[in-house]
Amino acid sequence: MPAQRSTTRIRLHPLGDAALLVELGTRLDTAVNTRAIALAAALKKRRDVRQALAGCASVTVHFDPEQTTHGALGSAIKRLATRRPPMDEPGRLHRIPVVYDGPDLDAVASALGLPAGRIVELHTQAIYRVFVVGFVPGWAYLGPVPEVLKLPRRSVPRTQVPAGSVAIAGQMTGIYPLPTPGGWHLIGRTSVRVFLPDSDPPCLLRAGDRVKFFAADR
Amino acid sequence: MDALRVEAAGMLATVQDLGRPNAVAAGVPPGGAMDRFAHSAANLLAGNDVRAATLECTLTGPRLVAERSCLVAITGADLDPRVNGQPAPMWAGIFLSVGDRLTLATRRSGARAYVAVAGGVVADRWLGSQATYLLAARGGMRGRALVAGDTIAAAATPGSPAVAGRELPRHLRPDYDDRVLHAVAGPHIDRLGRDGRHALFSSAFTVSHQADRMGYRLDGPALDTSGEELLSFGLTAGVVQLPAGGKPILLMADHQTVGGYPVIATVVRASLPIAAQLAPGDELRFAEVSIEEALRMRRAQESALDSLRN
Repeated sequence: MPAQRSTTRIRLHPLGDAALLVELGTRLDTAVNTRAIALAAALKKRRDVRQALAGCASVTVHFDPEQTTHGALGSAIKRLATRRPPMDEPGRLHRIPVVYDGPDLDAVASALGLPAGRIVELHTQAIYRVFVVGFVPGWAYLGPVPEVLKLPRRSVPRTQVPAGSVAIAGQMTGIYPLPTPGGWHLIGRTSVRVFLPDSDPPCLLRAGDRVKFFAADR
Repeated sequence: MDALRVEAAGMLATVQDLGRPNAVAAGVPPGGAMDRFAHSAANLLAGNDVRAATLECTLTGPRLVAERSCLVAITGADLDPRVNGQPAPMWAGIFLSVGDRLTLATRRSGARAYVAVAGGVVADRWLGSQATYLLAARGGMRGRALVAGDTIAAAATPGSPAVAGRELPRHLRPDYDDRVLHAVAGPHIDRLGRDGRHALFSSAFTVSHQADRMGYRLDGPALDTSGEELLSFGLTAGVVQLPAGGKPILLMADHQTVGGYPVIATVVRASLPIAAQLAPGDELRFAEVSIEEALRMRRAQESALDSLRN
């Protein structure tokens, strides 16, 4: 009985006096992420909910405490979450050109004991899922990256990473949308802009979308 | 219609409102006024809706000259406000005549003062809000802080004399010198262990110099968490996250929308105005509070604002 099993895995935590963190799982998993996105969409339709944001395997719900309580909303969330998860409809596929000349490419190659060319092959092989958009505007957490590319973050983060940098860390890869500090390994760069401040929504990639990188000369 | 001219900008003055809560799915922080209570009170005292934009003036205030007669209200931090050199009342509607000079100087208490103008400040709107978001250079005054020479427009309503002189009674104003932040235990508090939890709620912390509208890094007792890495999840203002290294970060209005550090506590909404009025070097404490008590504190603030509504 999968529905029941999934209920027991749901954990609810208050996030202050007007928000809840709903944990649906602890692993990076497309099915769990699909459920999170669907649950956030269902919750947004409720009158007592102000905002719901899906994480990798969770939903953060902001609600109106004059209309409901942590307990009442929590029960409703458990009921909603036991609904049969929706089919994972493949999101939009973005093909993104990358010049693989990042300042960390050689260090990544030597840390993994692979030639740089192999890093590029591996990085361009998979179709990545956008698990979450967030942290900074337009940043998309893409994954999972092939197991052999897994590396912890840099021990010393850079104070400034140029926009368009393509990076990896842990199970994830991503594109820096804005010049920001960052601790990921920079393996390449793209001319595709992922933060689109004059569009609404102001981002190219959305949760549930898919991304395929390909190597480009410039 | 131009209402105020910026003669000197002060340290950091930006246009803010109640933010853009619905842009988080794109990774855009909710933003808006750090001290929502002071922002809302300033608007109500100036005869505006709470959603109107105000000026948020940080630590050292601007010098503003009235381009036309207008009603203004100053709330939040006490930056020694003066009109033509004479001390001006705070938490009250005051009239400026053409050429009057409103000066906010240096901090006597709090960190952020709010200036509302009757009609509401009119500035760039981005994703449904006029709030300035400096990182993306959008919203407010062309996405940036005010600079000398800017003119601040306000919707053209004749400042109604009936509204001037109204004030928020002293006992309804926040006590910004009482630096206790009421907080609910966070989803990952168990990772702190019993001693860590005790330290969190019984020790003094100091706002470090890494403190801005995104959040404050806090100095204090060493805190350590155990456990495996977390997957990224949605965050909210007031969250106290604990990165490796043990220095907690209190997230504020322009906070990152998602993160993966353990959340050990969440400052409740009623305490965010107090948090907003802290500056580097200030000491604070966390006090654990029940959700019921947190909601009661919030309702008290709402009814204080209601007393300013007609």
